[in-house]
Amino acid sequence: MHKAENCPACHRQVSDDVLKKYQMVCPECGFHHRLDAAQRIEQIADAGSFKEFSAELCSKNPIELDGYAEKLRQNQKQSSMNEAVVTGICTIEGLEAVLAVMSFDFMGGSMGSVVGEKITQAMFQGALSDSPVIIFTASGGARMQEGIFSLMQMAKTASAAALLEQTGVPLFIVLTHPTTGGVTASFAMLGDVIIAEPGALIGFAGPRVIEGTIGQKLPEGFQKAEFQLKKGFVDAIVPRDKLRTQLSFLMRTHAGVKHEQNA
Amino acid sequence: MNKTHEELLKTSVTRLEEIAISDPRTKERSSWDCVLLSRQQGRPGAATYIDLICDEFMELHGDRTYGDDPAMIGGIGTIGGRAITFIGNRKGMNLRENIERNYGMSNPEGYRKALRLAKQAEKFGRPVVCFIDTPGAFPGLGAEERGIGEAIARNLKEFSTLKVPVLSFIIGEGGSGGALGIGVGDKLYMLENAVYSVITPEGFASILLRDPSRAQEAAEAMKMTARDLKRFNIIHDIIPEVPEGAHKDPLFTANAIKETILKDLDVLCAKPAANLVRYRIRKIRGIGEFEGSEAWWTTLMEVFKLTVDLR
Repeated sequence: MHKAENCPACHRQVSDDVLKKYQMVCPECGFHHRLDAAQRIEQIADAGSFKEFSAELCSKNPIELDGYAEKLRQNQKQSSMNEAVVTGICTIEGLEAVLAVMSFDFMGGSMGSVVGEKITQAMFQGALSDSPVIIFTASGGARMQEGIFSLMQMAKTASAAALLEQTGVPLFIVLTHPTTGGVTASFAMLGDVIIAEPGALIGFAGPRVIEGTIGQKLPEGFQKAEFQLKKGFVDAIVPRDKLRTQLSFLMRTHAGVKHEQNA
Repeated sequence: MNKTHEELLKTSVTRLEEIAISDPRTKERSSWDCVLLSRQQGRPGAATYIDLICDEFMELHGDRTYGDDPAMIGGIGTIGGRAITFIGNRKGMNLRENIERNYGMSNPEGYRKALRLAKQAEKFGRPVVCFIDTPGAFPGLGAEERGIGEAIARNLKEFSTLKVPVLSFIIGEGGSGGALGIGVGDKLYMLENAVYSVITPEGFASILLRDPSRAQEAAEAMKMTARDLKRFNIIHDIIPEVPEGAHKDPLFTANAIKETILKDLDVLCAKPAANLVRYRIRKIRGIGEFEGSEAWWTTLMEVFKLTVDLR
């Protein structure tokens, strides 16, 4: 297949094969295309090392909202994912890590009961196996279709992060495009180190909501990764081709805390 | 304001008048009526309850980093010689006050002030009582620049492991992450006509129903009343208001809140901090509805064992 598409940023034609070779980053302008969970895991984990867990978890319809069950089924079919996050254990450059990857393609990466539960289980798995926890975020926020249960997942994942911190196991967050709402206002901002992909939109309120509040257009680059770096809310912006080595660097430099503490 | 909003507002005012003269004991109040009552101007807010509950109160200002947020009140109060840290969203009682207090919508410094006062309470062994009453965190330019997401996230994390009892009361509007930002604790109560939801009914209507004028319908579908949340086991109990609503008799509700605070603190203050926090985390950790749940209880106990404070 030699399908070619126009890059949404520079509008140049780039073939699928070339794009894939460059990890879905436009070789002309550096635009980072969105990845689904499978593509991300393939790029980050050592080949064949990823073992998924909590895969069987499946959303219910806790507030009995019309149409939610169908919407879920439709998304499961289209994405061939069960939910908006995939979690598992893997190695990265030979080092063991718990990996959670959110996918915006599944209901906008929204966090309902299952996403909250899987993130929580991932953090606890990291604590128990003394492996750093790495979470790739991509989310429009809380899953409104689950009402108050979705809001509570913010508290749940944040309290899991609090516990993880007390065990001395590191939490690394990689913010990818877009990360907003309830995910930003919970575990996404609680990493020991917070990395962002270039150009990623990162914020609490969405740009259109803010524009509605202030009654004017937002300045260029507002809420982008580079803006958040300048404002002090992310540690580093790491382009995709450097992510694996930077993550393994962080894993190497954060090892051993736990054993010293419990000795 | 577009036409649908104007119409909605007009029917809302008419509806509030109807509620005022109807006898709510004859039938169950609708979710939308609760939404209207919870937002009604003149409904008692955090400052009113603090005033009615405390023998003495001293307000403490500022986040020590950027500024003081008038949409968040905080300070130390006493009830019968017992010192308690109070934190609350603060709306105004009229238009002028509402503009001054940003309609109860906090900026990051509001959440950071709340956390500062909670950590201060922890240091001196004072329990914390939070009053929630906000449409949400402020979705403004400055709020984003100063990290409203980070401020709320940090509060969720820190409040979940705070070593003193934390009680939260939703007294009016419990709007999304902005409400949750001071809503993580040992006990959560709602006033009879308060609401608590992940998004406003208007937001839900415009995003999911694609029609902002369907907010009433959204309010019902979202299951956001005290009754709903009691049934879901999200809140511990419902605090009564007089039939016409809390604004008709603030003292009645204040006394009920005070009684609850004293009753809870007698029990919670006697617990060792580690037990308190373990129990709080266990409660939060158990929230969620899904298929394929595993026995998370043992896992949680194992994780507690790996910590210094909670093993």
